[in-house]
Amino acid sequence: MSVTTAFDLRRHLRGGGHSAGVWAALAALILFGLLRYENFGGAYNISSFLNYNAMFIVISVGMCFVILTGGIDLSVGSVAAFTSVVAAYLSPWGIQIALPGAVMAGLAIGALNAFFVVAMRIPPFIATLATMLGAKGGALVISGAQTISIDWGSNFTKLGMGKAFDLLPWTAVITAIVVVGLWILLERTSLGRTVLAIGGGEDAAAMMGLNTRGAKAFVYMLSGGCAGLAGVFLASGFGAGQPLEGIGWELSAIASVVVGGTLLTGGLGSVGATVAGALLLGLVFNILNFENGRGVISLSAYWQMVIRGAFLLLVILLQSRLSRATQKELS
Amino acid sequence: MNAPDQGRLALDPARHGAAIALAVIVIFNLIVTPNFFQPQTLFVNISQMATIAIVAMGMTLVIATGGIDLSVGAVMALAGALAPLIFLSDFAQANPALGLIAAIGVPILIALCCGVFNGLLVSRFGVQPIVATLILFISGRGLAQVLTNGNLQTFSHPSFSYLGTGRVLGLPFQGWLVLIIAILLSWVVARSTFGRQLLAVGGNERAARLSGIPVHRVKIGAYVICAGLAGLAGLIVVAINSASDAARIGNLMELDAIAAAVVGGTLLQGGRAPIFGAILGAVIIQLVKYTLLANGIADEVALIAKAAIIIAAVYLQQARKE
Repeated sequence: MSVTTAFDLRRHLRGGGHSAGVWAALAALILFGLLRYENFGGAYNISSFLNYNAMFIVISVGMCFVILTGGIDLSVGSVAAFTSVVAAYLSPWGIQIALPGAVMAGLAIGALNAFFVVAMRIPPFIATLATMLGAKGGALVISGAQTISIDWGSNFTKLGMGKAFDLLPWTAVITAIVVVGLWILLERTSLGRTVLAIGGGEDAAAMMGLNTRGAKAFVYMLSGGCAGLAGVFLASGFGAGQPLEGIGWELSAIASVVVGGTLLTGGLGSVGATVAGALLLGLVFNILNFENGRGVISLSAYWQMVIRGAFLLLVILLQSRLSRATQKELS
Repeated sequence: MNAPDQGRLALDPARHGAAIALAVIVIFNLIVTPNFFQPQTLFVNISQMATIAIVAMGMTLVIATGGIDLSVGAVMALAGALAPLIFLSDFAQANPALGLIAAIGVPILIALCCGVFNGLLVSRFGVQPIVATLILFISGRGLAQVLTNGNLQTFSHPSFSYLGTGRVLGLPFQGWLVLIIAILLSWVVARSTFGRQLLAVGGNERAARLSGIPVHRVKIGAYVICAGLAGLAGLIVVAINSASDAARIGNLMELDAIAAAVVGGTLLQGGRAPIFGAILGAVIIQLVKYTLLANGIADEVALIAKAAIIIAAVYLQQARKE
């Protein structure tokens, strides 16, 4: 598939293909919540929902870029755990040091992934599995397997607990900036086009003179950086670096990307739909919490895992039908 | 990659690499680790290695089809949570023999069903293996925890515990189990129609389909065997500990199993199924863990070492291919 067809297809999809479904589902679920629960649309629920889901949105968007190239990044959860510890250690110097420091740590692990995948040609799945283990080990080593409390006297606490202009959590604001920036990057820059072209057909893209190696290295570093930022959110939200957190985050991120209509084979997908996918996943749990609160059903945390899996199954079955239809159209 | 007669005794660099690594680890331990050359050490390592090896052999079959199974740890948890529920039930207390059979049979049956589920998703629905098996990876452990309400189940049941603590001819029972399964599976891979078809599917799926091989059925078969073996491994872990904690059984086992398979010479692209290689891989993984532990190096560092082993093994494979 050449770059042009990839673009034609995306235009076609935006007109009402894969990603339309996720937006419709999101709207339906929000409507359902608003009608059924009194406090669903309340300021408290909205801001805590955004605050909690900001980290998942950020890693999902990073993951989206990796998946667009046909790769995968399984290390995001461990990286976030690692950088949450880094952020907690750096918190006495304030947010201006802790945030860039932790993001840099994430970038560094992303660079390691990039090196394994691009220079050593190790399959992404294995390379990032290894860094997943490595980052998890690293997080436990530097923290001594303890949660590391952040410095409560510094301005770092504002990030997770304060609000920008008394309205939205800072985490949500930063997430919005990242999302818009990455949306522009993907849709409006040659780097973004190269990323899409790689997923469409790496050899073809390379033959057209696109810097495929550079773009691939970029997506893994981006994903690592996003996971680093998620780690900062994690530390600020819980008031501590959490070396044991992040288990299963890669799955949530992959699910969000897939729900957003991005093909796992790469080449097709968008930042916006990925955000919608992450919101949709978060919303399912938000609504389950409300149901629990009403006492209609009583679901333990264990059920949540089962439901998360069932939801992923549903989406995947739907997508496998859609992508088959797309493939038929292509051939 | 497409030659189906590989995976047995043929000498190849990847397997030499693993054998050399094993020799280095053993020699290192003989010199450095105190009490390494003791029967007790051997027993501990065999009983720990056995679960990795059993799961890794199943994983080898799945990888041979060009797939991957991330759900093995969760399937272990599911089987491991079910068994005590069954043999601690009133029915099993009244009929000990039937109860024991059910406590072993039902969890494995459920595990096989998990395999059918994975296989159907991968073959009939064409879902990528990583994603298809992700579903049970998440919900399987969740289900196990729902069943046990997240409680730790402890028990004292000598005949069930034989699975994990029994000795035959002085060696741990599960060590023999590994040997029997390995002989069976390598016969299946090398001699049976299913085995040939399995390697053909992994070597070139399109060609296999065109030559009339029932690709879907073969893939489902691989996932079913893998899940069944994972179920068995789950039972063994529970039997070793005389306790079942759904949150912990088989945790990170998918990584150990994949690592063992890859170290043992399984190509991630599919088309090869070196069963005894997987055991060699499992031995190496277990010995690395043991070496670090016995020399007072923290578990966390062991994780990093494991990561390095996986990268090195795959890199060697990759280099050989090019």
